[in-house]
Amino acid sequence: MNILKTRVGVLELERPGMVASGIMDETGGSMVRMLRLGAGAVVTKSIGSVKRNGHSNPTFIEFPFGCMNAMGLPNPGIDEFEKEMDEAVKEGTIIGSVFASSSKEFAELAGKMEIYGASAVELNLSCPHAEGYGMEMGTDVNIVHKIVSSVKDAVKIPVHAKLTPNTHILTQIGKAVQDAGGDAVVAINTLRAMSISPEFAKPVLSNRFGGLSGPAVRPVGVRAVYDLRAALDIPVVGVGGISDHKDALEYIMAGASAFQVGSAIGRDINVFDKINNGLESFMREFGYSSIEKMVGVAHE
Amino acid sequence: MSDAVRITAVRTESHDTKTFEFILNREATPGQFVMIWIPGVDEIPMSLSSVGMIKSITVKAIGDATKAIHKLNEGDLVGVRGPYGNGFSSYDGKRILAVGGGVGTAALMPLIRATGADTIIGARNANEIIMEEETKGHSKNVWISTDDGSRGFKGNAVQLMVEKMSLKKYDLVAACGPEVMLYHLHKACVDAGIECLLSLERFMKCGAGSCGSCVADGMRICADGPVFSKEQVSLLKEFGKFKRDPSGACVKI
Repeated sequence: MNILKTRVGVLELERPGMVASGIMDETGGSMVRMLRLGAGAVVTKSIGSVKRNGHSNPTFIEFPFGCMNAMGLPNPGIDEFEKEMDEAVKEGTIIGSVFASSSKEFAELAGKMEIYGASAVELNLSCPHAEGYGMEMGTDVNIVHKIVSSVKDAVKIPVHAKLTPNTHILTQIGKAVQDAGGDAVVAINTLRAMSISPEFAKPVLSNRFGGLSGPAVRPVGVRAVYDLRAALDIPVVGVGGISDHKDALEYIMAGASAFQVGSAIGRDINVFDKINNGLESFMREFGYSSIEKMVGVAHE
Repeated sequence: MSDAVRITAVRTESHDTKTFEFILNREATPGQFVMIWIPGVDEIPMSLSSVGMIKSITVKAIGDATKAIHKLNEGDLVGVRGPYGNGFSSYDGKRILAVGGGVGTAALMPLIRATGADTIIGARNANEIIMEEETKGHSKNVWISTDDGSRGFKGNAVQLMVEKMSLKKYDLVAACGPEVMLYHLHKACVDAGIECLLSLERFMKCGAGSCGSCVADGMRICADGPVFSKEQVSLLKEFGKFKRDPSGACVKI
């Protein structure tokens, strides 16, 4: 019996950890590798209608407590991405992440991901470092409702919305997703942030602003998932600073049915194996027979 | 971690290649690289050409970033992240033949200093040869190949390598250079049944194993490499044929 099995609404997963969007998920080969290394699913790099190179370097900085990036949504364009999907979907569950500047464009991209064999689509309503996209749309209740509704009309696969923590109305945004028929919310994307080099007297990232991720953001993410679980009926997927099974358990117990890992993959490509083993031992020791039995228990 | 360090010395290696030294108190091993930031211009991966307390990069002026680095003088600041990557490993006690192509020779220098490996320096012509004198200070045998025959063996570094391997027994070839050279070098090592370690290169963004920009067949050149074994390279279908552009699209090399 596989005690790590879980589901996010109708989406069933053999293992509860997914690769978060933006990490090792831009090519078919990378996605196949991560599935073989123990990920229950891979969320693709966010894909748009046309090819984008993203911001120029520096696009990434490391800290002792996490990292910060401003990749700027680089992607080869949805049509070019078909061949990467072809390779990846044969190996396991792929969730297609898309970004767009209008609800119509979101619907078109989601439709293509469905055709390419994605098991679900994740709407990027939360990237903090690309003008006109991501959190600039994802912090407006009406826009979020419109986008999720139009994508729901366009596809049959589950629609997940990835939310930004850079707002004081997180649960209202979550409700807008739910009211529009969204199947799950994913929280959190990175925290809008900046780092300045004193010697050069300027921001390090070429985009100046970036998104903070890694261990530093975990308490923010856990709080966000806890709030969303309390406010919503649809499932929550937790993400932000997970690098071991205890981190994952914080999210699960806050209310996440599944979780995603991003930054930690850079430091340890075998992180999913480590988390899966840790989860199994923990569940045996503490007498949990399934992931589902642990979801949201911190609320009780 | 990201640091701003001062250039402590600049050395001219050839008409278009210079070495820049700086002090960076972080452990590094032969074959590792750093991300070099020139504010307002770019940040690029550069192999370390020295790995002690005094570290160095050896830069051929070919693009915006490398030309900007060439304008730096002793005392100027440059941003450094890293070191990153796996570096060369499992070479202790082996009879090594180091094969460098063009500026790729610089990435082999820490290994050559550590082992005194026999070395082939390959270049297009006599003006492109770098680090010959320094290599001679560490290695008993240093051979030169030039495509046009203006110095040493006339032909490419792989042809010279095959010749040298037929005369002397080696356990390991360590190589860095243009991918077309490495492609043929890998083939030659497979044919000869000799172990090899190749230092590969791809366009990089994070340099730290996260973003996936530099992957070939799912292997991260920055974190799983940049040094790959013969067996690993044999599994890379994209090696010698395709690379990823900044958007992630697959393009022919």
